[in-house]
Amino acid sequence: MALMRVTSPHAHGPMSTQRVMQSVLLATVPGIIVLTHFFGFGTLVNILWGCVVALSCEALALKLRGRPLGFYLKDCSALVTAFLLCIALPPYSPWWLIAVGIASSILLAKHFYGGMGYNPFNPAMVGYVVLLISFPVQMTAWAPPRGVGELPGLMEALQACFVPATFDAVTLATPLDVMRQNSSLLVEDLWSQSPQFGRWAGIGWEWVNIAFLAGGCWLLYQRIFTWHAPVAMLASIALLAAIFNDAGSSASGGSPLFHLLSGATMFGAFFIVTDPVTSAVSLRGRLVYGALIGVLVYVIRVRGNYPDAVAFAVLIMNFAAPFIDHYTQPRTYGHEKSGGGS
Amino acid sequence: MRKVFDFHGGIHPPENKQQSLQTPIVKAGIPPLLVLPLSQHIGAPAVPAVAPGDRVLKGQLIGEARGFVSVPLHAPTSGTIEAVEERQIAHPSGHRAPCIVIRSDGLDEWIECRGIEDYTTLDKSDLLQRIRNAGIAGMGGAGFPSAVKLAVQPEKKISTLIINGTECEPYITADDALMRERAEQIVSGAMILRHLVEPEETLLGVEDNKPEAIATLLTAAQGTGLEVVSFPTKYPSGGEKQLIEILTGKQVPSGGLPADIGVVCQNMGSAAAIHDAVVLGRPLISRITTVTGDAIDQPQNFEVLLGTSMAYLLEKAGYRAERNNRLVMGGPMMGFTVPSPDVPVVKTTNCILAPSERELPTPPPAQACIRCGMCAEVCPASLLPQQMFWFAQGKEFDKLEQHNLFDCIECGACSYACPSNIPLVQYYRASKAEILQLRRDHEKSEHSRLRFEARQERLEREEREKAEKRAARKKAAEAKAKQGTANGEAEEDPIQAAIERAKAKKAAQQSAADAQGGSEGEREKLEKAVVSTRKRLDTAIAKLEQAQAEGSDLVEALQTGVDKTRLKLETAETALAALQNSSDSTTAESTSSTDAAQLAIEKAMAARAAEADLSPAEKARADLEKLEQRLEKSRAKLAQSRDAGDEEKIIEALEATVERLAGKVEQARQQLQQAESA
Repeated sequence: MALMRVTSPHAHGPMSTQRVMQSVLLATVPGIIVLTHFFGFGTLVNILWGCVVALSCEALALKLRGRPLGFYLKDCSALVTAFLLCIALPPYSPWWLIAVGIASSILLAKHFYGGMGYNPFNPAMVGYVVLLISFPVQMTAWAPPRGVGELPGLMEALQACFVPATFDAVTLATPLDVMRQNSSLLVEDLWSQSPQFGRWAGIGWEWVNIAFLAGGCWLLYQRIFTWHAPVAMLASIALLAAIFNDAGSSASGGSPLFHLLSGATMFGAFFIVTDPVTSAVSLRGRLVYGALIGVLVYVIRVRGNYPDAVAFAVLIMNFAAPFIDHYTQPRTYGHEKSGGGS
Repeated sequence: MRKVFDFHGGIHPPENKQQSLQTPIVKAGIPPLLVLPLSQHIGAPAVPAVAPGDRVLKGQLIGEARGFVSVPLHAPTSGTIEAVEERQIAHPSGHRAPCIVIRSDGLDEWIECRGIEDYTTLDKSDLLQRIRNAGIAGMGGAGFPSAVKLAVQPEKKISTLIINGTECEPYITADDALMRERAEQIVSGAMILRHLVEPEETLLGVEDNKPEAIATLLTAAQGTGLEVVSFPTKYPSGGEKQLIEILTGKQVPSGGLPADIGVVCQNMGSAAAIHDAVVLGRPLISRITTVTGDAIDQPQNFEVLLGTSMAYLLEKAGYRAERNNRLVMGGPMMGFTVPSPDVPVVKTTNCILAPSERELPTPPPAQACIRCGMCAEVCPASLLPQQMFWFAQGKEFDKLEQHNLFDCIECGACSYACPSNIPLVQYYRASKAEILQLRRDHEKSEHSRLRFEARQERLEREEREKAEKRAARKKAAEAKAKQGTANGEAEEDPIQAAIERAKAKKAAQQSAADAQGGSEGEREKLEKAVVSTRKRLDTAIAKLEQAQAEGSDLVEALQTGVDKTRLKLETAETALAALQNSSDSTTAESTSSTDAAQLAIEKAMAARAAEADLSPAEKARADLEKLEQRLEKSRAKLAQSRDAGDEEKIIEALEATVERLAGKVEQARQQLQQAESA
């Protein structure tokens, strides 16, 4: 056998892109289970249908671009996008809503920019925002959690997805909505008068967030990403919430714990903000990136017009990532100063 | 326990060191043929000191060092020189290089070796020379001449001497085996180094995955003042910069040397070789090499003569070629693949790795970079490999340099960690080479640009000066003509004026001579004249030399200029000397200066006469002849330069000169015709 001529290094570590993606998929499982427990099978159906659409879109794009199908499909990145978008969508979304969202993510946000690794914006969040702007009614129709409303069964969930016209949706404002629209009640009174609230935040929501936090911690332990961006984001949200809590008055924006365990906080912090392709690269850069996302999330939640803010905050900071990179280059060995900003 | 520091990044690849540590070091024996590349180190290759057919003894000098950064080469065994020719060597590029080939006679007959009992009595420069003469180059892998590293400038105070026994690359155990079995030798070598460098402390640094080596070193170093320091295992802690940070907490400045922060590093193997060179008087002719990998039946360490072919060693260790996918010299992180097992072992061959496909699989095709940052996490230089990869792909060299590409030590940690299997180091190597090439090109073009600009400026200046002179002459002639017509007087030309001036001067001098005190002022003036003329002469000579070097067509004119100036200087000097001689006799002084003035008058009158003799036609003919000569010469030069295939620029310039001269000749011809018809 002829001897191979290759350059060093000859050894390679155990990590692969496929493994990174699979780990992310695995880490969403606790969150999906809790979502399903509290809101029914809607999210699961979303995800299943989303995966089918995502793989089809990915295959179509690869075919049009003349890329090897198998090689790129097995990196699982399309599945990750589908999972993340479908978790963010309201359960019991109609099939076309999911299809439009996924197509926007995979085709518009990813392949139009050059495919895997070349997209400046988080594909799942692009899909989410396209839907939120185009179909605000469907996108704000969250089902009431277990214990507050009646949960549809699996068949009904399938029906809601594929024959949406025949499905009679029951919706309830999310705790974040209630909190944002409140202008007259003390937080304490709001809590007792609204059925959505649980121990720390919304019923169901608090556990969904804790589940995603657990999944995120597992990814940290697996060294899939570093702690910098998520911790910075959570810290800045908590800090702003603490400053503007106003001791629970009617002008309060909500307590730090409420914000940390509401909406997509934990999901965003560990599954969206940590998307390496679209975030800042250096550790210092990721601290800045995460912290600024946290600020935007809080500001949009409390002062904006949308029920949650992670998608907008992330997209805005995606714009800023190269700028942050420019100023946060680390200090190289043997250099006096960091090379950033020059 | 000494405090050790950590460095940024690093990885923990499977060590795979146990395989080759099952048996003690084995002598590989004398192969029938030894191939010794003349360049086994960084720096200028050695120059062969033997010819085919010569019989050499073991340890005899066969290649001489050339230049400061170079080392000599010695015969590893006795035998006959079979050839001095190009052979395939172990090099990443797989190229062939000049080698000395020795057919061994099996006698292994030593040349007489003279060691030194007490090296402390030896002058330090002699000691350094001994190390250099023994052909010792860094045995860790880079092969930098040890003596060069040790010849620290005296103004750089060395605080720490580090003997590097880290051996952080997986698989390699050559230093480990050496430390286990020959710790005394290492300690003795380290003490010689300490004597040479005179540091405040001498540290033997060993990774903590070699407890046996640490134990034997500790025993051997007892009472010597050498400090054995162990630190956590992490790749690439054996990199010189990383080891220095681990042991001292200091970083070598970018682009600088360890000596800049008071540190000198040497490899354990080099220390042992220095012991052999100084105490036993033996040159570097063998080394310890690990032969390991899944395609080897008995992985082990060999003491092998330099020049032994890898195939010979592999066979001794039970090589299974059919299982082997690549043959690596060095470790799996920084080693390079060799083209065939027939290449020789050299001074830097610390390991021959023969892995199976399962062990080190063929790298899969690279996937897209997802900027996960795992490379940045493991980079020991705190670089941003993912960003650099981006810039390298786009050939954004400015950005690459701004991201400190040249601080990359090519350890391979980033490629190892990359989940997308991107051969990052390869991109950096290629970019570095490209940037260096660009820099060289740029320097070259900058040099020619400066030369061109200087020439252009000179030509313009000359042209300007000529034009000015011409204008002045024209003006003078016009004024003269006007005066002539106005006064109707006899022509009053500059020569007449000169005569008047000289006469006036003479009169003034005479009166000055009469009035004693004048001589002092005169002398001062003359001295000044001598100095300024000498200066003028110097510049004129310099110009002439430059013109000669450039082959300018002005050489002739400059030559006359120099001759004239020299004449002037001589006149002025004689005048000054005369003045000084006659400091007591004013009469003599006044005569001499009178003579000088008289001389000037005569010269001017002669010139006037000569000019008056020539009719306008003759003058024009003389001019034409001169110009024709010059044109002829320029043409010859152009032809010569064309034949020689000179640069286009030179030929173009010559062509322009010829054209110009041809024009002038034409003009002169017309003038001549006019003059003749008149």
